[in-house]
Amino acid sequence: MKRGILVIIVIILGLIVLIDALYIVSETEQVIITQFGDPVGGAIKKAGLHIKAPFIHKVHYFDKRILEWDGNPNQIPTADKRYIWIDTFARWKIEDPLKFYQSVHNEMNAHSRLDDVVDGATRDNISSNTLIELVRNSNREMKSTEERETEIDTTYLIPIEKGRSAITDAIFNQAAKIVPQYGIKLIDVRIKRINYVKEVRQKVYDRMISERNRIAAKYRAEGEGEKAKILGEMQKELYRIQSEAYEKAQKIKGNADAKATKIYAKAYNKDPEFYSLIQSLEAYKTTVSKNNTLILSTDSEFYKYLQSAK
Amino acid sequence: MHNNDSRKVHLGNTEIEIPPIKKGLIGIIILVIVGLILLFTSFFVIEADEAGVIRRFGKYVRTTNPGLNLKIPFGIETLNKVKVKRVYKEEFGFRTIKPGVTTQYAKRGYESESRMLTGDLNIAIVEWIVQYRIKDPVKYLFNVRHINESIRNIAESTMRRLVGDYSVDEVVILGRRDIAYETKTEMQKLLDNYETGIEITNINLLDVNPPDPVKPAFNAVNSAKQEREKMINNAWEEYNNIIPKAKGEAEQTISEAEGYAIDRINRAKGNAEKFNAIYSEYRNAKTVTRKRLYLETMAEILPKIEEIYIIDSKQKNILPLLNIGKNVKQLVK
Repeated sequence: MKRGILVIIVIILGLIVLIDALYIVSETEQVIITQFGDPVGGAIKKAGLHIKAPFIHKVHYFDKRILEWDGNPNQIPTADKRYIWIDTFARWKIEDPLKFYQSVHNEMNAHSRLDDVVDGATRDNISSNTLIELVRNSNREMKSTEERETEIDTTYLIPIEKGRSAITDAIFNQAAKIVPQYGIKLIDVRIKRINYVKEVRQKVYDRMISERNRIAAKYRAEGEGEKAKILGEMQKELYRIQSEAYEKAQKIKGNADAKATKIYAKAYNKDPEFYSLIQSLEAYKTTVSKNNTLILSTDSEFYKYLQSAK
Repeated sequence: MHNNDSRKVHLGNTEIEIPPIKKGLIGIIILVIVGLILLFTSFFVIEADEAGVIRRFGKYVRTTNPGLNLKIPFGIETLNKVKVKRVYKEEFGFRTIKPGVTTQYAKRGYESESRMLTGDLNIAIVEWIVQYRIKDPVKYLFNVRHINESIRNIAESTMRRLVGDYSVDEVVILGRRDIAYETKTEMQKLLDNYETGIEITNINLLDVNPPDPVKPAFNAVNSAKQEREKMINNAWEEYNNIIPKAKGEAEQTISEAEGYAIDRINRAKGNAEKFNAIYSEYRNAKTVTRKRLYLETMAEILPKIEEIYIIDSKQKNILPLLNIGKNVKQLVK
């Protein structure tokens, strides 16, 4: 009996020792082993079941995945003295868990180091570049509505030299050089948001409003101009139509008069004296009325027989 | 662990007394319990829209398909279920409060997500959504922590970078939807670099506006544009009223002239014919005809005249004394 119990105790103790000697490293983790606080061996990054010296060795787990760092928005003046809020974020991972453990110990401290390093790099690079370089990434030709084209303030359209990607790269390079001492590898730094500070924003709104007002005024003026143009065109057309008709009519009338004159001349030239006789006689008929007073001498052809019928 | 001799069972560190009579029964009960535990921890169901990722001692071993599956129990193999068919959505600049026929949105408080600087240093308010699904459950589980935050950050960063290359007109008025497409391409590239296992299925620009304080000015431009069209239309209307009328009147003037011409020529022809006819007869008897014509005319006109004075050609001095005209007559009365 006693032997049996002893065997069981030995088995149980053995199990306990075995359990403490085994440890699991997940796919998302990496570990370092310490012996009474001193690191033993390198980092273990391979997932699976591992063995260590029981009780003496202590396992420290660190995340192996890509981790996030989200900076607080910073108010920074740009090189052209514009005050903006800038909000950056970064991806990083624990590259060297041993160094990480020794220098910053945990993620909370790492975040605080990253705050210093990334914010510093951001501040340096923002304040040495103009706003336009930060906002734009390429010299892509920007289009506007037709009417605005002439209204755009061209000072904002100067070609950029670096652009946002290059500046974020510069921030990244500056920060990435510093962090390896913490066992950290910086994967990237990006600008999440850039915005004007509140006071500047109001001014930008004012500028946008005045720009739109100018465009609206231009539309209205164009309407007036177009209207005047059309009405002018109309007046011109009117004069043309009327004068052309007058010209045509006069020509027709003139031709007719000429033709009539020719006809008359042809007929009357046969005996102009006779023509003047009948024309005069016709004229008498139409011109003499009852209000006229006529004094005739008996010498006249008509009354000559009143004196004598010889 | 089962010790028949001692009638005791060791389970872990505890010792349980087992009455001798029920030896066989206990064995069966324990077997059943162990069997049930094995059953429930070994078998698992993967739904149609899921994939099961199995890790053995923390190390990835396999991905299972939908259906009934088996794994090694007692925590040796662990399971993570990932919804690989589901499409997830992230909203920027607003949040859906209550989806439905008339979906309710909250926009207040999310301006910092939607407010962006355009390439001409103006401000636009862009609201958009990103839809994605988990393409690779293994990468999704093991490569990036807090992947949701990563997707949101990358989305904001990429969208702003692209909007920064467009003018406010292009973003707000011309509605350049290709920004969404470019954002999708760029984001996908970044997510692939991080090995997130995420596939962006869609990016949609929903509402793109000028900032609220500027909106009335943008609307004023629209109304001015319409005003311009109206003015032009009115002018054309006047043009179309007047010109055709003038053309008609011109036709009238010409037609009248043509009428006048016909009239003139016909009359001339008539008069000439008449003269010719008279003349041909006159030639035969000139003196007589002349006299006849004269006398006929006199006979026609003399009755029309009220006062006729006939004076003898021999009495030369009377004429000056004679008061001529009606006025004189009235004076006598």
